[in-house]
Amino acid sequence: MNGPFEFTLRLGDDALIAAQRLAEWTTRAPEMEEDIALANIALDQLGAARLLLTYAGELEGAGRDEDALAFLRDDREFRNCLLVELPNGDFAVTMAKLLFLSAYQLPLYTALAGGADERLVAIGAKARKESAYHLDHASLWVRRLGDGTEESHRRMQAAVDEIWPYTAELFAPDPGAPVDPSTLRPEFERVVTEVLAEATLTRPESGWAPAGGRDGLHTEHLSYLLAEMQVLHRAHPGARW
Amino acid sequence: MSDPSPLWEVFVRARRGLSHTHVGSLHAPDAELALRNARDLYTRRQEGVSIWVVPAGAITASSPDEKDAFFDPAADKVYRHPTFYEVPDGVAHL
Amino acid sequence: MYGNDFGPPEEAPGGGLLGEVEAAEAALREAAARQRRGAPASDDDLAGYFAEVIEADQKIEPRDWMPEKYRKTLIRQIAQHAHSEIIGMQPEGNWISRAPSLKRKAILLAKVQDEAGHGLYLYAAAETLGVSRDELVDLLLNGRQKYSSIFNYPTLTWADVGAIGWLVDGAAIVNQVPLCRCSYGPYARAMIRICKEESFHQRQGYEILHSLSHGTPAQKAMAQDAVNRWWYPSLAMFGPPDGESTHSAQSMAWKIKRFSNDELRQRFVDMCVQQAEVLGLTIPDPDLRWNEERQAYDFTQPDYDELMRVISGDGPCNRQRMAHRRRAHAEGAWVREAAAAYAAKRAAEKKEKVAA
Repeated sequence: MNGPFEFTLRLGDDALIAAQRLAEWTTRAPEMEEDIALANIALDQLGAARLLLTYAGELEGAGRDEDALAFLRDDREFRNCLLVELPNGDFAVTMAKLLFLSAYQLPLYTALAGGADERLVAIGAKARKESAYHLDHASLWVRRLGDGTEESHRRMQAAVDEIWPYTAELFAPDPGAPVDPSTLRPEFERVVTEVLAEATLTRPESGWAPAGGRDGLHTEHLSYLLAEMQVLHRAHPGARW
Repeated sequence: MSDPSPLWEVFVRARRGLSHTHVGSLHAPDAELALRNARDLYTRRQEGVSIWVVPAGAITASSPDEKDAFFDPAADKVYRHPTFYEVPDGVAHL
Repeated sequence: MYGNDFGPPEEAPGGGLLGEVEAAEAALREAAARQRRGAPASDDDLAGYFAEVIEADQKIEPRDWMPEKYRKTLIRQIAQHAHSEIIGMQPEGNWISRAPSLKRKAILLAKVQDEAGHGLYLYAAAETLGVSRDELVDLLLNGRQKYSSIFNYPTLTWADVGAIGWLVDGAAIVNQVPLCRCSYGPYARAMIRICKEESFHQRQGYEILHSLSHGTPAQKAMAQDAVNRWWYPSLAMFGPPDGESTHSAQSMAWKIKRFSNDELRQRFVDMCVQQAEVLGLTIPDPDLRWNEERQAYDFTQPDYDELMRVISGDGPCNRQRMAHRRRAHAEGAWVREAAAAYAAKRAAEKKEKVAA
């Protein structure tokens, strides 16, 4: 029972929360070059979020623009997956999150680009190129950390183990949606399995599969993230910036 | 390579029909990362450009115009990055 | 804190600061095209050749002979400039997560990212002088090299992001545009690139303040408060008054610098007055007034004792900024080591393949 509004909102929220988390790395990255790369990826996610939320607002028809949707909803109204709201952790955790997110977003946006909704086709066509870059970047680092030093291998394996359970939610079937996420799973599996193998990492067994983000049931982390993101906007109701 | 993050020279082809031009240098542990960093730093997401990265240590220079510099510590690596030759229009980011 | 010198505005074809950058670039190309004898005649001729190149307004390049003090001065100045870009990411980065609209968030993130890029351009320019980036980063982290003192002030409200863009970037540009004509080639080229990319920084800051000052009373108060706090520290960015400035004379002779601290400060003030009027904000100086005779504004000098205290480490945020940078560097060590180890493994594999 999920129409285009709900679907678009999910995608927009995924991108927005991912951008917010990635931007937290600014001034903190392991190397200055990586600071720039992470900011690029955050900017891509933020750009996609703005397009998607703007479109979601139009589909809803209630006069909400991107900022109303981003700043004036509470955590129970957000529809992002749990994976993106998890804290950044160390660089390995961030790269595990980015690997899984981009390996999901790439086939998703590719499918959108070949879909029926003109606006989503345009957004998908733009975002898919960016996702390919994100996937490339995450793979590059997962390989280096997995097959780098003993310590980096330990950290990368721990990160993969920690984040893996949150990937199940990404592919929950939704036959009515413009793209049914369950159809994206094989491509995701193929890509991730290959990267993990190259990185000398063990692919975790599936088991515990936390979910709820799509219904507004989040981890405890999201409310804090939103409190920070929304504090200034909400302190000045109706103001223009 | 003893330097864990050696210097690379970056060359960019801004558009079809132009040759690759030296745009600057950067540090990276290997070629793949150097290429990635070069794209982020010197072209910031421009599509359609071609980038070369070359280990600075692999460049042999003939410099009849340049007298060897008289400072010691890194004389062998410095001249190899006469940085910031102007990038043709269309490459500078934004 | 940056070096400083600039061409008179009337020379600028495009007008404004960006026009001056373009004029500097044109001058660089023009000077490069001019004939000069190709090389020093002998080892005895090195200093004479160096002086000739400077005299002809041509560029010194990395492999050229140069006086040791010229090299040292440039390393110090370029490194300090690079450190300033990197540390300068922090005060504005402080507001990325709380930017009040998605558009503002994107612009601010892109701006702070630019500063990282500028830091890297500058480290690379410094490296052409025979010092490694690692050494320079170490000098920053152990406090032996400085960065611009302005970044030791806190960003307490969103309006501070606007004030930094307008006043701090504005002062930096007044300082930096002249560096596009610096006699050292890699530095001049880096500055041309940086100034072009920075043209949007000052505008975005100005736009933030404009929106605030034309917004709600609370927003306008926020903007005025920010200008009140950033005005004098921005004036102090031009360094001590000419009488007390230590490095100036030699730097001017070498064309690393062409105008004095006080000249640049005056120019900045003269620019800001009208801009503040358009904003509808008040520059916090009761003695600011037009001097018909001097054809310039009289203004109150910043507190140079405060500047010295901040430079020596006792500003509000010195410890915080350094601790932040040190922490990022230390926490990234295992990642850098992993990348190096991975590269070494791949290189070893390649060797084995070749051997086999």
